[in-house]
Amino acid sequence: MDVVWENREAILIGFTHTILLFVIAGIGSLLLGTLLAAMRVGPIGVLRVAAVIYVSLVRNTPLLMILLLFRFGLPKVDIKFSFVDVVIPTTAGDIRLNNIFTACVLGLTVYTAAFVAEAIRSGINAVPLGQAEAARAIGLPFGGVMREVILPQAFRATVPPLASVQIALIKNTTVAGAVGVVEAFNVMRSMTNNYAGSRIEIFIAFAIIFVFLVEIYSFAAHRLERRWRIA
Amino acid sequence: MNNSVLFDTPGPKAAARHRIYTVLAILVLAGILAIAIARLAGNDQFEGRKWEPFVSPVYIEDFLIDGVLETLKMAVAAIILAVIFGVVFGVGKLSEHRALRWPSWAMVEFWRAVPVLLAMVLVFYAWGIDRGDTGAFWSVVIALMLYNGAVLAEVFRAGINAVPKGQVEAAYALGMRKTQVMLQIQLPQAVKIMLPALISQMVVALKDTSLGYAVAAPGLTNVAKLTYNSPANGQNIIPTVLVTAALYIVMNLILTWIATWVQKKFVGEKKIDIAAAAAGKDDATTNPL
Repeated sequence: MDVVWENREAILIGFTHTILLFVIAGIGSLLLGTLLAAMRVGPIGVLRVAAVIYVSLVRNTPLLMILLLFRFGLPKVDIKFSFVDVVIPTTAGDIRLNNIFTACVLGLTVYTAAFVAEAIRSGINAVPLGQAEAARAIGLPFGGVMREVILPQAFRATVPPLASVQIALIKNTTVAGAVGVVEAFNVMRSMTNNYAGSRIEIFIAFAIIFVFLVEIYSFAAHRLERRWRIA
Repeated sequence: MNNSVLFDTPGPKAAARHRIYTVLAILVLAGILAIAIARLAGNDQFEGRKWEPFVSPVYIEDFLIDGVLETLKMAVAAIILAVIFGVVFGVGKLSEHRALRWPSWAMVEFWRAVPVLLAMVLVFYAWGIDRGDTGAFWSVVIALMLYNGAVLAEVFRAGINAVPKGQVEAAYALGMRKTQVMLQIQLPQAVKIMLPALISQMVVALKDTSLGYAVAAPGLTNVAKLTYNSPANGQNIIPTVLVTAALYIVMNLILTWIATWVQKKFVGEKKIDIAAAAAGKDDATTNPL
């Protein structure tokens, strides 16, 4: 485990990038996904079709293809994201939010949004028909039906599938490492190259941190689900 | 006419408003598409030589034989091994013996939470690196087996638990032994419930074969990489990615379609929530309300 301890600063920076990718892409995909879900259940036919097409295309494309497109493809049409270049110096090393990072965040956002949209839609669909019918029957207008009856229940039903999507996102950030962001996977790969003798220890250290991150998140989601559960 | 309860059937005023929104939406979407096409055209992305590979027989052969076929081989090998892995550890998690249950649980929890890429790189560097293309191929397959197997273990467990209790009790009442109950009563019924989940997991495995990129494994992604790295094609990364993505989409849509068909034919409404199983929720069986 000496190798791991000696390189703790590099590992720390790696996981900082991982978490930044996760948080920014997580928020971004939540916004885009909600928009897509709203388009999907709304009354405008064109938007409904557009959302369906988006979701089924993106869901069936490997994440790597999307990241390759954002990372290597878009610069070919002069979309380079080079205006983003933030370097945060820390004692452990620099946290770099540059064009590669931005491209990967956008790619992860676009990819995850499709899954978020499906999760939210399934939440809305999980609210029994009778609820909306009853709300209408007692004379609530559309806004009231949504605000007072449907959305509070849909929101709760959305927590478990949304948590699954975001846990997948934590793991998917590693793909960004394969196209050049210096996050956990990328750090691990260069470490296994440099210290060929202690590959297994390095792998176990990284794997355990990932297991830890995933377990924390899934524990939090589970608590939230419990707390908000109705009846 | 749609039957959503979320909003009323529009009256004349709302219908008129919806028409305006429809026109606006079409304009916005068409605008986005037009900008994208203008961008691509302005940067010579429609150049003949960039798209030529996808109509020339040599490349098409590469894409179909070295690409699609290899990818499918990888996915099928991974899923077969994952099913075996899943059955062993899924049943192990249900065992009455702590000595079996606990390691199975640890195995499943661990591989479910570790990103596939990490496992892939480990297997590749520890074992596959001296073995050329076969090494890379099996590194991908083994990594996918571990991850998908762990997810499937949860699916199997949920499937076995979804078999009505009365079935098991009846079997015991008839004097069957534990193994008999599992093999003759629980598993056959569980398989039926989890068949669609199994096929959906194949979509995940198929998509994840593309991660072989990181270890230079054969397959569609590798063919794509060779194509856009070849100087003769004028750095045609955008066309290549679009074509490759289209191939993946077609393969996955076919699989999804099979899954839906199987679901309708054999299972009905009951289904297992793959995403929940992958994320580490224990209640992976969902019944629609």
